[in-house]
Amino acid sequence: MSEPILSVRDMAVHFDVRDDDAPGLLTKTKKLKAVDGVSFDLMAGETLGIVGESGCGKSTLARAIIRLVDATAGEAIWMGRDLLKLSDADMLAVRKDIQMIFQDPLASLNPRMTAGEIIAEPLKTHFKGMKKAERREKVQRMMEKVGMDPTLINRYPHEFSGGQCQRIGIARALITNPKLIICDEPVSALDVSVQAQVVNLLMKLQKELGISLLFIAHDLSVVKHISNRIMVLYFGNVVEVGTSKQVIEDPQHAYTKKLIASVPIPDPEKEMERRVERRAKRAAAAK
Amino acid sequence: MNNITEVKGRSLWSDARRRFFQNKAAVAGLIALTTIVLISFIGPYFAVWSNEEIDWDVMGSAATLGMPSFESGHYFGTDDLGRDLYSRVLQGTRVSLMVGVIGAGISVLVGTIYGTVAGYVGGRTDQIMMRTVDILMSIPFMFVIILLLVVFGRSIGMLFLGIGLLSWLDMSRIVRGQTLSLKNKEFVEAARATGVSTPTIIMRHIIPNLLGIVAIYATLLVPAMILTESFISFLGLGVQEPLTSWGALISEGAGTIRYDTEWQLIAPLIFFVITLFSFFFIGDGLRDALDPKDR
Repeated sequence: MSEPILSVRDMAVHFDVRDDDAPGLLTKTKKLKAVDGVSFDLMAGETLGIVGESGCGKSTLARAIIRLVDATAGEAIWMGRDLLKLSDADMLAVRKDIQMIFQDPLASLNPRMTAGEIIAEPLKTHFKGMKKAERREKVQRMMEKVGMDPTLINRYPHEFSGGQCQRIGIARALITNPKLIICDEPVSALDVSVQAQVVNLLMKLQKELGISLLFIAHDLSVVKHISNRIMVLYFGNVVEVGTSKQVIEDPQHAYTKKLIASVPIPDPEKEMERRVERRAKRAAAAK
Repeated sequence: MNNITEVKGRSLWSDARRRFFQNKAAVAGLIALTTIVLISFIGPYFAVWSNEEIDWDVMGSAATLGMPSFESGHYFGTDDLGRDLYSRVLQGTRVSLMVGVIGAGISVLVGTIYGTVAGYVGGRTDQIMMRTVDILMSIPFMFVIILLLVVFGRSIGMLFLGIGLLSWLDMSRIVRGQTLSLKNKEFVEAARATGVSTPTIIMRHIIPNLLGIVAIYATLLVPAMILTESFISFLGLGVQEPLTSWGALISEGAGTIRYDTEWQLIAPLIFFVITLFSFFFIGDGLRDALDPKDR
């Protein structure tokens, strides 16, 4: 854990959006700074959690790194090469090593394809010469690895539960043996009990395979559980980076403090106590 | 690893098929349509007269001698010139169905490709492609077809060309709209993230997901094409004698109805109406079966 495998430097993503307040008849555009100068390092085998409220640029940052959206400025150095400047052919080769897991488990799977076809898609893209039987065997082995029954290979996404769908998504991300997986809120759409299963599966697989994770979430408790380090984003800027212990237990920035305070305590009595306390504090401040 | 039996999945298509066959009206439409198609191809083997032969005995007195009867071999009667209506209706059915199917086929092929490319590529390409469609749509297309037929002569080929040229416009719009909503789905993003090429994404992820809409629209387009052709034939610009089509037959039948030869109108009309109803019922059934909102 010494050399960073990914260093992002001053990454900025600006969108042109319609400016409805602008005077005049012609539609004018204004800049929306979704990501505005973000820098961080990701070590090999490390999990970096990215947290922040919705709309703060977490997903955009992730998408800019693998060039699903165009970055306006900055660089993303991946093993010595700037991803943002690679040619399409070079980028294709890199994509084998960087995979992504998406938020909505069902929406991220093509409803017309079977589980097997979905998991095999990266193989078809990056190992064009691979034989059908070999591919099938690999897919089945991967299904077992993510805790799925390999006999379900011919089933369609709508026949699976949300948790199982997310396992298919994880299998698809792992099948090319990537070095980095970007998880874009992989558990936000799942039940709490299923969340735990999926997070633990990710942690187990990460330990086994030594991959790095970029784990995006808005749920602090999940991020704390899985991450080595946490980065807090606010309106496209980094407000705080540190080990998860530091950030959670001793937040430095006022926004981080607020964010942590907003996490509900999963014990109704304690949560009630906290609310009463806060109300008293507010009342005292008002006087 | 290979000795385990795999569970067979239930695809969305097989789901839709099951739903379709539960729809009584749609199944009835399908049966009626199949019957008509079969009759139009097998029927000629039972015909006594061909579609161009003139029965000289009947000619001139079609109202009295040209009645539908089994003895004379004119099952549906004859037309004013003494030609066998049975053979002519069957032959007209084949032409009209062909016009419908080929017209819809062109629109599916061209419209789907054009619409997906415009929708998926987006930006300026999309703007240019769709404005072109808007311009073409603003041209009164019956006028164009009539001009084509007048200038280049009446032929089936020219008819297909005229209908095909314009039928894909609506389809491309529908497909483009569908593509726009599909291309921002996460599974397309997932494919882009792994590096699947754009043509493969269109073929593997976009088109299979809009085939449902295309199928529905195509079945509703077939009767529209048949109606267009019939209208042109009704005007006297359609297929050339001795070939005929539903529109031409109905036009003739309507023209001679005051001479008490109502069978000349009724025979082609029955085929025409049954076919149109069948297509609409099938289209309706397909829509109910494939509509994703129902799921």
